[in-house]
Amino acid sequence: MKRRTFLQSAIGGLVVAFELPTRSRAAASKLNAYVHVGSDDVVTLFIAKGEMGQGTVTSISQLLADELECDWKKIRTEFPGVSREYGFQGVVGSASIRTGWEPLRKAGATAREMLIAAAAQKWGVDRSQCRAENSAVVNTATGQRATYGSLAEAAANIAPPANVKLKDPENFRLIGQPVKRIDTPSKVDGSATFGLDVRRPGMLYAVVARCPVFGGKVAGFDDSKAKAVAGVKRVVQISTGVAVVAENTWSAMEGCRALAVKFDEGARAALTSAEISRQFADRMDKAGAVARKDGDAASAMASAAKKIEAAYEVPFLAHAPMEPLNCVAEVSADSCEVWASTQMQTPARDLAAKVSGVGPEKTQVHTEYMGGGFGRRGGVDYIGEAVEVAKAIGAPVKLTWSREDDLQHDLYRPASLTHFAGGLDAEGWPVALTSRIACPPFGGVRDGLSRTGVEGVSTMPYSIPNVFVDYHAVDPGIPVSFWRSVGYSQNVFFTESFLDEMAAAGSKDPLEVRLRLLANQPRLKAALQLAAEKAGWGKPLASGKGRGLSVANNIGSFTAQVAEVSVDKGKVRVDRVVCAVDCGHVVNPAIVEQQIQSGIVFGLTAALKGGITIDRGRVEQSNFDKYDALRIDEMPRVEVHIVPSRNAPGGIGEASTPGIAPAVANAIFQATGKRVRRLPIRIEA
Amino acid sequence: MAAVKFILNGKPQTVDVEPRMPLLWVLRDTLGMTGTKFGCGAALCGACTVHVDGRPARACITTAQSVAGKKITTIEGLSADRSHPIQQAWIEEDVPQCGYCQSGQIMTAAALLAKTSHPSDADIDEALHGNICRCGTYQQIRAAIHRAAAIGRGAK
Repeated sequence: MKRRTFLQSAIGGLVVAFELPTRSRAAASKLNAYVHVGSDDVVTLFIAKGEMGQGTVTSISQLLADELECDWKKIRTEFPGVSREYGFQGVVGSASIRTGWEPLRKAGATAREMLIAAAAQKWGVDRSQCRAENSAVVNTATGQRATYGSLAEAAANIAPPANVKLKDPENFRLIGQPVKRIDTPSKVDGSATFGLDVRRPGMLYAVVARCPVFGGKVAGFDDSKAKAVAGVKRVVQISTGVAVVAENTWSAMEGCRALAVKFDEGARAALTSAEISRQFADRMDKAGAVARKDGDAASAMASAAKKIEAAYEVPFLAHAPMEPLNCVAEVSADSCEVWASTQMQTPARDLAAKVSGVGPEKTQVHTEYMGGGFGRRGGVDYIGEAVEVAKAIGAPVKLTWSREDDLQHDLYRPASLTHFAGGLDAEGWPVALTSRIACPPFGGVRDGLSRTGVEGVSTMPYSIPNVFVDYHAVDPGIPVSFWRSVGYSQNVFFTESFLDEMAAAGSKDPLEVRLRLLANQPRLKAALQLAAEKAGWGKPLASGKGRGLSVANNIGSFTAQVAEVSVDKGKVRVDRVVCAVDCGHVVNPAIVEQQIQSGIVFGLTAALKGGITIDRGRVEQSNFDKYDALRIDEMPRVEVHIVPSRNAPGGIGEASTPGIAPAVANAIFQATGKRVRRLPIRIEA
Repeated sequence: MAAVKFILNGKPQTVDVEPRMPLLWVLRDTLGMTGTKFGCGAALCGACTVHVDGRPARACITTAQSVAGKKITTIEGLSADRSHPIQQAWIEEDVPQCGYCQSGQIMTAAALLAKTSHPSDADIDEALHGNICRCGTYQQIRAAIHRAAAIGRGAK
């Protein structure tokens, strides 16, 4: 079987079509955990990270293949199972390239050196006389060539050298090039296998009825009507609800609708969003856990020439990946296998091992393409459910969440409230800033402080001499977790909007204020200058239009955005976004551009539309009619400018999400004089 | 259960299913054709778009009995070798990220191109408005549709 892919030539910029092998029948030799070389020259690269659209399969292959000096046309990729060889397997924090940058190039280089040593041995020459290029070793004295395939078996028996020399970046052939994505061909003909597409012999289909109220549980159920639905085979109670098992997904869904479940709704059956906001607001006049303290903010505020205050609030958000959560599980007395689109292979394996009871050594995770993740697939709850059902019914099962299940039982981006105060000196420059945040704790709490709850405010890059940030962990009992860019997703909206307020209060240009306060942040400052220049900051716009700025420094990268908006009778349209990014050494500029656009769309959906609200302890939204996403007709023109850099790579998947909401909000202020302090954005006409 | 007959990707197909069963699940679970995706179950996201008698339809709300005797085209049947201009353009523009919504985007775009050989940006907005992409590939989708129109012109 072959599939076609395209590679943009590094030299001529031509688009060349060729066939990439999907599997090889030839014997393959393992040079290390990441590189196997077949006798037919096909190189299999093992990608230990999941692919959810962020391009890791391609960019990780570039790291390995560049150092390996192999022919890009002869590689194939595979997701390995969970193994100690790969350390922790999971994708979180936009870390795949950051953490893989050295070890993966080293793995490629080590395999290359083993192949060179095998050739030297074969020819009886010194290895310094041999050079690797394009999947072959060349004897530089004689011009003799040996293909990788012919050397693989011998190379596998050579001890891996300890300290391989990595290539000089000047000699990179693939790293830094806009190589076409390896996964594209299979994603245009329906052949790519996502978790939901996995089928096993004898497999049944499960859907689970869960208590709609957070913290509630099943008190009893009557399955007579469910079992009367054609195709329904079994109804079993599991830890999270009642599972209806059927011959196909639709019968399982119909059975679930017919199921009569009595829930004990528990302590939160009267909880509302308004009540949660009140719980946050109640803490605003009390001291919290200190997250940052520079100088003496209280004294500076007291002696400031001008003082402003403002409250900002954001709602809970769902991730809503296009592929609803699902998992296929097969459990026997001494083995457990799961097939899943998961960001978290190692935790998935550990949970499946525990729930099945067979232990981690006898449990395996098959990684499938994810139809989006955005942090939701960092949770493994759905994997545990599938294993529980498979174990209970003694048959392979595919457990599928409906969209309603997805929106109503997510691990949400937390809602958050902050009260800011800002002090300006007599010339209008910021001299003091305080922020008190109330937000459900997530990502671990230490001494009362959730670092993720404050990041983006506590890590604000500006040189303001007096800063004080404190935090209240308020837990209303809504499950929360990581959502693309985590705490930065709300906190950069807070700080970048309030900084604009301070600039306006001091009658200063928002760009001028930022550049001055970023004097000690050269990379962020350079990104901001580039974005402002490309966007034409300061150039006049038509009435009803405005530009807004933001900067963000998360996941080891530096971004600046300028949004251009039109506001007409309260309706906001984002016309254009210019984003400059310094993400260190770029592995694939085309993927960087894709990810910047992607993060902007994700953040823009939240800014313009997103909001999970709670009534009677349950989520009010259940599908895309009430929890909409940005559509193609609302897509702004996005222009991405990459700041050239030889710094170690930063992350990219989450880089642009935080900055878009404040850039848009600040642009709305420029267009209308109205300040947006709450998301999603609603402007009175 | 009832036997339902239709033409699937050019070949006669008979399935024995509940007449009310949505085409989406007939394709995915009964026939094992998983290129057509489940996204919302309520015709709100477009991930399950197929062609019924050449027109785009949401398979998640299209019952099996309603397609009896009709011609259905799915992503698997758009071309045998990714040679449809839309697929070619999608590859050249490297459109997909996670890729999950792309079958629906491609089927919607192919139906647009069949009807309007030179779609304007407004035509694209109107036709593709119902297809959600959470990865935000819209800019590439637009470019790819324009490119496909050019490929289509070149082929004529």
